[in-house]
Amino acid sequence: MASDRHEQADSTAGADAPAVELIGITKVFPGVVANDDIHLAIRAGEVHCLLGENGAGKSTLMSVLSGMTQPDAGSIRVGGSDVRIDSPRSALALGVGMVYQHSTLVPALSVLENLLLGEGGGLRLDTERGEARLAEIAATLGVHVDPRARTGDLSLGEQQQVEIIKALWRGSNVLILDEPTSMLTPEGVAELQKVLVRLKEAGVALVFITHKLHEATSIGDRVTILKQGRVAGTLGENDLRSRTADDLQAEIVRIMFGEEAVGSAPVAELEGALPERRQAVRASGDVLLELAGVSASGDGISAGIEDVSLALHQGEILGVAGVDGNGQRELAEVVAGQRRATAGDVLLFGTPIGKLDVRSRQKLGLRYVTDDRLGEGIVGSLAVGLNLVLKRVGQRPFWKYGRTQRGQIEREARELVAEFDVRTPSVATRAGTLSGGNIQKVLLARELSSEPKVVVFNKPTYGLDIRTTLAVRTRIQELAADGIAALVISTDLEELLGLCDRIAVLYQGRLVGTFENGPGAAERIGELMVGSRAA
Amino acid sequence: MSDVATAIEDAPESVRATTPLTGFLDLVIRSVLPLLLALVAGGILIAALGHNPFGFYLDIYRGGIELSAWQDSLMRASTLTPIALGLIVVFRANIWNLGYQGQFLLSAAMVAGLGPHLERHLSATLTLIVLFFVAGITGAVWTLIPAILKAWYQTNEIITTLMMTFIGISLAAILVKGPFQDFSSNVPQTLPLNLDQLLPTIPGTRTHVGVVIAAVLVLVVHYATTRTSFGLKLQVLGANPRAAVHVGLDPKRVILTAFMCSGALVGVAAAIEILGILGYVRADYNPAYGDAVIPFVFLARLNALAVVPFILFYSVLSIGGDFAAQNSGLPVDFLLVIVGLTLLFMVFIEYLGRRREIGRSYITPGLRAGLRLRKPR
Repeated sequence: MASDRHEQADSTAGADAPAVELIGITKVFPGVVANDDIHLAIRAGEVHCLLGENGAGKSTLMSVLSGMTQPDAGSIRVGGSDVRIDSPRSALALGVGMVYQHSTLVPALSVLENLLLGEGGGLRLDTERGEARLAEIAATLGVHVDPRARTGDLSLGEQQQVEIIKALWRGSNVLILDEPTSMLTPEGVAELQKVLVRLKEAGVALVFITHKLHEATSIGDRVTILKQGRVAGTLGENDLRSRTADDLQAEIVRIMFGEEAVGSAPVAELEGALPERRQAVRASGDVLLELAGVSASGDGISAGIEDVSLALHQGEILGVAGVDGNGQRELAEVVAGQRRATAGDVLLFGTPIGKLDVRSRQKLGLRYVTDDRLGEGIVGSLAVGLNLVLKRVGQRPFWKYGRTQRGQIEREARELVAEFDVRTPSVATRAGTLSGGNIQKVLLARELSSEPKVVVFNKPTYGLDIRTTLAVRTRIQELAADGIAALVISTDLEELLGLCDRIAVLYQGRLVGTFENGPGAAERIGELMVGSRAA
Repeated sequence: MSDVATAIEDAPESVRATTPLTGFLDLVIRSVLPLLLALVAGGILIAALGHNPFGFYLDIYRGGIELSAWQDSLMRASTLTPIALGLIVVFRANIWNLGYQGQFLLSAAMVAGLGPHLERHLSATLTLIVLFFVAGITGAVWTLIPAILKAWYQTNEIITTLMMTFIGISLAAILVKGPFQDFSSNVPQTLPLNLDQLLPTIPGTRTHVGVVIAAVLVLVVHYATTRTSFGLKLQVLGANPRAAVHVGLDPKRVILTAFMCSGALVGVAAAIEILGILGYVRADYNPAYGDAVIPFVFLARLNALAVVPFILFYSVLSIGGDFAAQNSGLPVDFLLVIVGLTLLFMVFIEYLGRRREIGRSYITPGLRAGLRLRKPR
C-alpha cells in the first residue's frame, strides 16, 4: 500500500510527470459525499485500476475527469499543467477519452459513420480520411474492424473495440474504461486484455474501472481502492508483481471491508468460484415450470427466441448461460407474461399459462426479477413502500375497493425492508435515490414476498458490489432449499457455475445445450456460448 | 455504477428535506412568481400601449369581483374547473389530451342541439341529468380514436388529438348548421333552451349549481388521483410506462380509461356552460377555454385541489378583463397575452429552477425522461 509515494516525490515536471493528476477532488451531491479529497496520478503506459463497491465514487470521479461533472473542490493536471475540464468536449480536446459501460453507438449506422459523428465541419463525411484514421488506430490496437459494417450487427466485444477507437479518434492519450468487461464473454475479456497491452505499449495512460478483484490484480499495474468516496488504499507496481493473487485479493478485501470480512467470506467465494454446492433435493421434485417449443420475436436487432424447451423442477436452480443479447430478455419476458409467445407453450404446474397476463402469473407464484432495474423494475419517483407492493396494485389488503390503505402498505414495506436489509432512510424515500444494490433488494423483496413458487432471475447480480452479490446468491440458494424453482439467467458464467444444478446455453435465441454442473462444464459451456461448436 | 449515477442525478429533487419554509418558498417561487411576473410584464405592455396599467388592473377587480361580479367569476370557474380536472387526469399519466376543444365544442353542440327536443318529452330535472350524461359520453367518445391508436399502436397522441380537434370543431359547426339549426334565427345557431330548464341557481344568489358540481368533481378527482389504485396506475404509467408493463398494469386499459375520463370531464364542462349560461350554441362558438387553463394545470403541478385557486384567479381576470378592456379600449384578447406571459415565465423559472435546484419541477418525471431533460450542467 501507498508504495508509490516516493515515485511521486521525485517526479519532475518533465517526461516523468503523470499524464493526468487529480488533486484533492471533492464532489458532494445532496445527501452524499461522492468524492472526498481524492488524489490520483495516472501515468502513461500504465493500467490504473479503480476498484470499489457500488457508490464508492468511481463513476463520479471519472465523470469529473471526463468533464461530465464539475468538482466542488480540487484541481486536475494534464501533462503537468493545471486545466479546467468543463465539458466532455474540453476533455477530448485535452486528450482524455472515455469508454462507457453501455454502448453509445448508433446501431443503425455503420462503424465509420459512428466514428465520424463527433466530427464537426461540413455536411459531407470525409470517408477517405476516416477510413485511413480507422485503419491506423485499428493497427495500433491489433484488431480488425470493417468500417462499413452496421454497428448493430457487431458483437458486443467488437462494439466495444469501436468505442475504444472512437475514444482515441482525436488522439487521446488518456483512456478511461468504465467496467469494460461487464458485457463480455471470457474470450472477449482476453481479447480486450490484448488490446490494453498494445495501448500501454503505445504510451496511452489507461484507467480501468471495475469491481472484480481478479481483473484488478491481473490487468492493473496499479490499483486504487475507493471506499465511500475516499481512497482507501493503493497497490503499487511492486505489490502487484511480487505477491500472489490470493494474497493480493485478501489484502484488497481487507481494505474494502475491514479485517473481519476476510475470515467470514473467503476470497474464492467472493469471486464466484465454486462455493459449496447446495445439497438440496432436486430433480426428484415435480416439474414446476415447463417450456415446450417456445418461440418469441425480439426487439430491434435481438433475434428473439426460437423453439426453446426446458423443464424446471422443484428445488432446482437452472442456469441459462449466454452472451448478452442472445435472447435472454425475451426468454424471461415470455415466462413472466410480458411478451407473447409466437409458438409453443409455457406450462406452470402442468397447466398452460400462455393466455394469462403478468398479473395472473404473479398471483400463481411465478415471479420475475428483471435485469432492467431502473428501466422497468422500479418507478424511481415513487416511494420505496409503493414500489414494494407495485405488483399487487388494487389487491387486498393494500387496496380496498380501490381505496389505498396507507397503513397496510407501510407496515408491509417496513417488514420487507427489514427482512431484505434494504438500506433506505425510510419507506417513504423515493426509490430512484437508492443505490443500485438497494434497488435490487427492493425488487427481490417485491418478487419473493407472498409465496413465490417459480422465480426467474435475469442477471441477478449484474452491477452489484461484492457484498450484495453474495447476499443475492445466498438468497437464491436458500429459496431453492425451500423447494422453490429458480431460473437464473446470467451472462456471468462463473456465477452460474457457482450457483446452479444444471446450466443451459442460449445462443442466438436457441438452447444449444444443457449440462449438469460439474467439472469440465465450464469449457463446454464457454464454447457453446460463442457458437464455436455445435451441441 | 450507472445505476448509482442515475440515482444521484435524480437526487437533488428528492433528497432535499421539505420543511415548511422550503415548502413555502417552493410555492412562492414556482407557483406564484410566474403569475406575478406575467402581471407586471403585462402592466408594462399596457403602459407601452398608452394606457394606465393600474387603472386596468383596478377595472379587472371592479369587473371581476365587486358588487355581484364575483358570481360571474365563480360561474366561469365552474366551467373551467372540469376542463382543468380532465387535463390533470391524463397529464398525470403523461398522456397529452390536447383535443379538449373538439371534445368541448362537440359536447356543447350535442347538449344545445338535443336539449330543446328532450325537454318536450322529459321533466326538467331528468332533461338536465340526461344532458349531462350526453355531454360526458360525447366528450369521452371523441377521445376514443386517439386513445385506441395510442394504446394499441403507440401513435403519438399529441398529433392525433390535435387533428381530432380540427375535425371536432368542424363537426360541431356542421351539427349546428345542419340537424340542430334554429331556422327562425338569422345566424346559424341551435334552438334556445327554455330558460327555466337551465341549471337551477343556488338560493339567495344568481349563481347556478354548476359551481357545486365543479366543487364535487374537484374532490372526487383529487381523491381518485391521490388515494386510489386508479390514481397510482396513472402515476406509474406516467412515470415509467415500461414499469407499468412489468408490474402487470395493462397499460391499454389505463390509457383508455384515462382518456375517456378526461374527455368526459371536458364534456361536463361544456354542459355546465351551455346549461348554466348560454342556453344555445352558435356555429362559430369557440371560447378556447382549454388553452387558457393549461398553464394553470402545470402551475398547480397536476394537483386537483391546488388548481382551484389558479382557476378562480383566472376567472376573475377573464370576467373582469372584459370590462377592463372595454373601459380602456384594449382588445378583449389582451388577457391571452397575460396567459402567454405566464407560460413564458414558467419556462424561464423551470430552467432556472433546475439549474439552481429551486423548488419542484412543473412536469412529471416521465415527461422529463421522455424529453431527456436532465439538470443542465
